[in-house]
Amino acid sequence: MLARYKPLLIVLGIVVLIQLLLSLGGWEFFFTQLIMSAYYSLVVIGLTLLMGYAGQISLGHAGFFAIGGYTSALLTTIDLSGLWDKGTLSLLSSLFITMEQKDPYGNIIYSFSPWVAFVVAILIAVGVAFLIGIPVLRLKGHYLAMATLGFGIIIQTVLLGTTALGAADGISNVPDFTLVPGIQITDRMADRVMNYYIAWFFVLLGLFLIINLLNSRVGRALRSIHGNEEAANSLGINTSRYKLYTFVLSAVLAAAGGVFLTHYLGSIGPSEAGVIKSVRYVAIVAVGGMDNLFGTLLMGNLLNFLSLRGYFGTFDEAVFGIILIGIMLFAPKGILRIKGIKYLSSFIREKLAVFKREKEK
Amino acid sequence: MESNIVLQYILSGITQGSIYAIVAIGFNIIYNTTGIINFAQGEFLVLGSMIAISLASFLPLALAVLIACLATTLVGAALELVFIRGLKKWSPVRVVTLFLLIFIIPFRSGLFDGFPFLANMVFCVLIAAPIAAGIEFLFKRFVKSTSNVLRMIIITIGISILMREVMLHVWDEKNRALPFFTGNEVSSIDIFGAMISPQVLWVLGVSAVIVVGLNLFFKFTLIGKAMLACSDNKTAASLCGINVKWMVTLSFMISAGIGALAGCVTSPLTQTQYNMGSTLAIKGFAVAVLGGLGNSTGAVVAGLMLGVLEAFAISIMPNAYIEAISIVILLVILFFKPSGLFGSAEASRLKEF
Repeated sequence: MLARYKPLLIVLGIVVLIQLLLSLGGWEFFFTQLIMSAYYSLVVIGLTLLMGYAGQISLGHAGFFAIGGYTSALLTTIDLSGLWDKGTLSLLSSLFITMEQKDPYGNIIYSFSPWVAFVVAILIAVGVAFLIGIPVLRLKGHYLAMATLGFGIIIQTVLLGTTALGAADGISNVPDFTLVPGIQITDRMADRVMNYYIAWFFVLLGLFLIINLLNSRVGRALRSIHGNEEAANSLGINTSRYKLYTFVLSAVLAAAGGVFLTHYLGSIGPSEAGVIKSVRYVAIVAVGGMDNLFGTLLMGNLLNFLSLRGYFGTFDEAVFGIILIGIMLFAPKGILRIKGIKYLSSFIREKLAVFKREKEK
Repeated sequence: MESNIVLQYILSGITQGSIYAIVAIGFNIIYNTTGIINFAQGEFLVLGSMIAISLASFLPLALAVLIACLATTLVGAALELVFIRGLKKWSPVRVVTLFLLIFIIPFRSGLFDGFPFLANMVFCVLIAAPIAAGIEFLFKRFVKSTSNVLRMIIITIGISILMREVMLHVWDEKNRALPFFTGNEVSSIDIFGAMISPQVLWVLGVSAVIVVGLNLFFKFTLIGKAMLACSDNKTAASLCGINVKWMVTLSFMISAGIGALAGCVTSPLTQTQYNMGSTLAIKGFAVAVLGGLGNSTGAVVAGLMLGVLEAFAISIMPNAYIEAISIVILLVILFFKPSGLFGSAEASRLKEF
């Protein structure tokens, strides 16, 4: 039982180690990008589940990220004063449905509280994923890729063309997300370390869900679909239903990432729904090794962190293009399974074993 | 709606539609010989017109367009040889292409800007050559030549990103345009009350020439027939002595070439920007699917239909949503009749949807 969660503990250990290292070394300015990468990796692990385990490509996951982010941003910045009178609003506020806040001009406005917005965002993502997933997942190969790509483009076109959603500017002044009193998602400098752990709490929660799913009946069914869909079908597995559920779950993870990151940064723009972003997620999943949850987690955080810190300069997109092509040509199973690295790791393991044996003597 | 306005919409729709049709035919040619959808198809149009715009500043227009088309054709061939064929043996084309691609990075990023021009070049060569040689070694040593659809999709997406980024660094993010082939921005021709630019006639004429030319090529030339044979049955074609590998390369060259030509004739009207390729590609794909994937006559009809539909949509919908129309049509077609309007359901059952 514990063996199943050992990787999670290792991830937690690494997360804590990095935090201690950065805090003690005085490199706290790295936290901002680490937190953003962590939220992006929610999308990545969801897409890994879809691409690696269910074998379905999606070039539209940035669309779900944007659906989550925009829904939450809109609901928490909208002014409800015109809708209900003051008494109702303060009553709703005491029930945590609405929230009192100041708009950029200093006026007091009432908007929905982040938790309500979060739930609505997730529900919308589930709805859209079902609506899109039922017809789209009947397709395969190029058709599936193009259909999901088209979905992403539609979302971005709608965001760019709707003035209520800020058009090209997006939505800013999104309030902090108070998870429980005292713990909130915010970009305040003082709360950086806390937010680092909040972000990783959600990532680990996502991983926990996925690991449990993969070790259940569903996970075995998914693996059989990936191996051979016809064979899985003939064994009585309802392949289309499992594919759909996986699609919805990965959409929910993407939307959740969108909600959290939007509250963390305080704003969201239409570029989050762009084709480039979707392709980037696919590139990360490919580099990590498709059906290697922790590989994609590692590569996702590494690449997003480097990209967000601006280490790739003006070659940011080109780096991801080269990665895509390079990985597909040389290491279709991911960078962690290249012969050299495999050789190195087995070499180290051998040496360690020898070392252990000698120690025992 | 008045009749001359209707005519105006129809004419502008046909102009846009003929470009979509050319992109779709480019998809079809490659799809027929390889079974791959080349996501970088839109980038060929942009690359062709970018090269032509640069050349047109010091060459006569016709010559600039010709050279641009030939150059894009060569790029198409190089891309196929480097990335698709998965050659295991040493390939000079690949080394040179890789070298040029890598050379651009230190050269354009101004790594050695303090040095004189020649030294700058030499340093860049010194950096690029070993990297290119290294990648070539990797190719020879490690490339897995199994082809599966997911892998090919991702590779062509990677190619399209790479081409876009190379174009961004060679040129920049500004809108550019070729000069009008005849007349200028304001000259117009009156056709039954609808005013059109003479460039529209160029677009329609060139598209017609491309469609007819390709039809004749596939029907009456030996190479064209050989390519058709490859799309029918690769094994049988190679048993007849057809070099299937080179036919695949040729299909990339043809789609790159016609793409570049289409990009050049539309450039004065629509202008060219480095990142417009992906929108063109998805619209072209919508048209290709609408007409039945692999069916070039269907692509022409579907292209014109989509173009006219888009033109009329402008009159009833907010302009910002127009981009989404063709995609919605694509999704609807994929859901209800993935074999396309003109494809047969029996034949499509054999394909992978």
